[in-house]
Amino acid sequence: MARMSMIQAINSALDVTMGRDPDIVILGEDVGYFGGVFRVTAGLQEKYGKERCFDTPITECGIIGAAIGMAAYGLRPVPEIQFADYVYPGLDQIVSEAARLRHRSAGDFQCPLAIRIPFGGGIFGGQTHSQSPEALFTHVAGIKTVVPSNPRDAKGLLIAAIEDNDPVIFFEPKRCYNGPFDGYYDRPAKTWADHPDGEVEDGHYTVPLGKARLVTEGNDLTVLAYGTMVHVAQQVLIEHGLSADLIDLRTLIPLDIETIEASVKKTGRCAIIHEATRTSGFGAELSALVQERCFYHLEAPIERVTGFDTPYPHSLEWSYFPGPVRIGEALERLVKAEA
Amino acid sequence: MSDRSPGANRPRLTLHVPEPPFRPGDEVDYSWLDIPEPDAVPRPDETAAPEAIRDLAYGLIRVLDFENNAVGSWNPGLPPETLLAMLRKMALLRAFDERMHRQQRQGKTSFYVKSTGEEAIAIAQTFALDRADMCFPSYRQPGILFARDYPMVEMINQIFSNNADPLKGRQLPIMYSAKDYGFFSISGNLATQYPQAVGWAMASASKGDDRIAAVWCGEGSTSEGDFHNGLTFGAVYNAPCVFNVVNNQYAISSYSGFAGSERTTFAARGIGYGIPALRVDGNDALAVYSATRWAADRARSNLGPTLIELFTYRADAHSTSDDPAAYRSAQERTEWPLGDPITRLKRHCIALGIWDMDRQAAMDLEVAEEVLAAQKEAEKNGILGHGLHQPDITMFQDVYEHMPWHLKEQSEQAARERAHKWPE
Repeated sequence: MARMSMIQAINSALDVTMGRDPDIVILGEDVGYFGGVFRVTAGLQEKYGKERCFDTPITECGIIGAAIGMAAYGLRPVPEIQFADYVYPGLDQIVSEAARLRHRSAGDFQCPLAIRIPFGGGIFGGQTHSQSPEALFTHVAGIKTVVPSNPRDAKGLLIAAIEDNDPVIFFEPKRCYNGPFDGYYDRPAKTWADHPDGEVEDGHYTVPLGKARLVTEGNDLTVLAYGTMVHVAQQVLIEHGLSADLIDLRTLIPLDIETIEASVKKTGRCAIIHEATRTSGFGAELSALVQERCFYHLEAPIERVTGFDTPYPHSLEWSYFPGPVRIGEALERLVKAEA
Repeated sequence: MSDRSPGANRPRLTLHVPEPPFRPGDEVDYSWLDIPEPDAVPRPDETAAPEAIRDLAYGLIRVLDFENNAVGSWNPGLPPETLLAMLRKMALLRAFDERMHRQQRQGKTSFYVKSTGEEAIAIAQTFALDRADMCFPSYRQPGILFARDYPMVEMINQIFSNNADPLKGRQLPIMYSAKDYGFFSISGNLATQYPQAVGWAMASASKGDDRIAAVWCGEGSTSEGDFHNGLTFGAVYNAPCVFNVVNNQYAISSYSGFAGSERTTFAARGIGYGIPALRVDGNDALAVYSATRWAADRARSNLGPTLIELFTYRADAHSTSDDPAAYRSAQERTEWPLGDPITRLKRHCIALGIWDMDRQAAMDLEVAEEVLAAQKEAEKNGILGHGLHQPDITMFQDVYEHMPWHLKEQSEQAARERAHKWPE
């Protein structure tokens, strides 16, 4: 066991898997000698060589396309897209190629890719370094979408994603790279040093894809969240003295519907929180599923707390972010609602 | 809209929209097309520096002259059995195309694409590659499968989307996949295979393998970003990859001018990337073989990628969904100055004294019989639209390695609908 930040935990996942499997290669902008703009791949080129961890030209289409070809050869590439906001030039290769390769070739070829993508705001990244485009990927048949919220999960989920034979989009909440973010940007930043989930096993372990985690258990309501928003939600629940099942989804597709369904049937009230824009966001899918499966157990309308349907604003970042005020309002509405 | 400032003595800007040289009904005259003599651009050593051989991107590599002789430094000097083997594969592909086109017209499948006029390209190129080299084709290179003896019955099963279709009825006809034959799954999205082929080649190089990759796209899809991303990656990592651009003059109805042919050749795209670029008469099987072999040998010697433009003419429609009479002159095909690839190779073999018209006629009958037999065999497994040849569950399989709950739920819905529509 060791204390790790999420950056160190992800680096450890890469290190552990590269050490075990010579077919694992890392490619992306600035990931080689420099170790990535967030330092996630630091030291890996030095340890495993330039042929297994290398810089690429600035073309996300080329990065994903080449990774697909490497996977067809038999490698297990782990490409990094520097920011989620940069993934769009690679979208055709992900959506039309990686996602469908096994299906269209009836298993002749497969595409084991784990595409790492830092996402989310809260670092004054403006509209091109802050987006949360997960719903674009959950909408596509054939890819899995994973979002860890803490170092221990990040390592175990990434190892599972790398060892999975399907293409996996692995979104890393960059606001939580160095510590859990509770939504109070104006208070001193916390680190993972004294957080229970900053305790990470050294060697190989996996956190299975498709399994959510019950962060807290309670009876008043169910809160569905992932990534950074797990920590913000947890803080708001404490402040408002609410007893909630706080469910960290961890994997969006495949979704752990059993855990969600059991919890909402128990509490009768459900809030869904994400940082991404609201309309057609993944929260809409979650809301529909909860309604379809738990309607007769619901005691109040489902609440969605999200970013606004605007580009991520630079100076108004904290007005955009679904912080404690917006979440608190929604949760109070939810628990006070009477049929 | 801003007003033109008064007194400004500037010409009005005009927008240029390319227009092809001929439209339906036009007299076709190709005298403006520069067809250099064979060996006008002699064959350099495979180790030549790219900057020393830039003229190859603007010339036209030819071996067969208009008297049906193989001449010059690009003559690969192939033995008679290889020449005749290539000729037979090309004839077989043409016979296959003719029959499959008719199958589509008879309603046995939804779609077909012929290779007419381009048979030399994929077939001679595959002859020049090693059997273990990996091909990333576009949709008009089934010649690769013919050259590697892939069973025609399997191709027709795929075209008919029947119950023996190796792709389980999931793909549009002719979008084959045959990993064991070094043939990557064809995408309907264009040029996506360019960076993929480079990735495969990079993997091969990083593993110290000796296999190379080859990739094809049309001149139209060189406009896609994927083409340029692939060339950038290939050049940066010195990937052992042969980049092919089949310039058949047309992207459906849009002539090559819409991909930039008014300004330069497609081979010249390679010059900016600092890689060797060859422009080849795509209707000359020997020139195609020779140029491909040059690029393959170079790649295999760790000298990196080469771009080859195969200059040809799409002699038939883009696909069964297309009617070229609506946009181009029918004379273009008959007047094409570089002729027909099968006719040219046949005449060369006859000129060599290793072949004659009787044997050609006999071979044409044999290949037609082979195709017919394969079709009859495949048809036993069904045709598109007659009955249900794939169980509905196959639609849900292979989306993921293990079927997630939401697909299981949806497959149960499909099963209920099927029981309702077609009670067994």
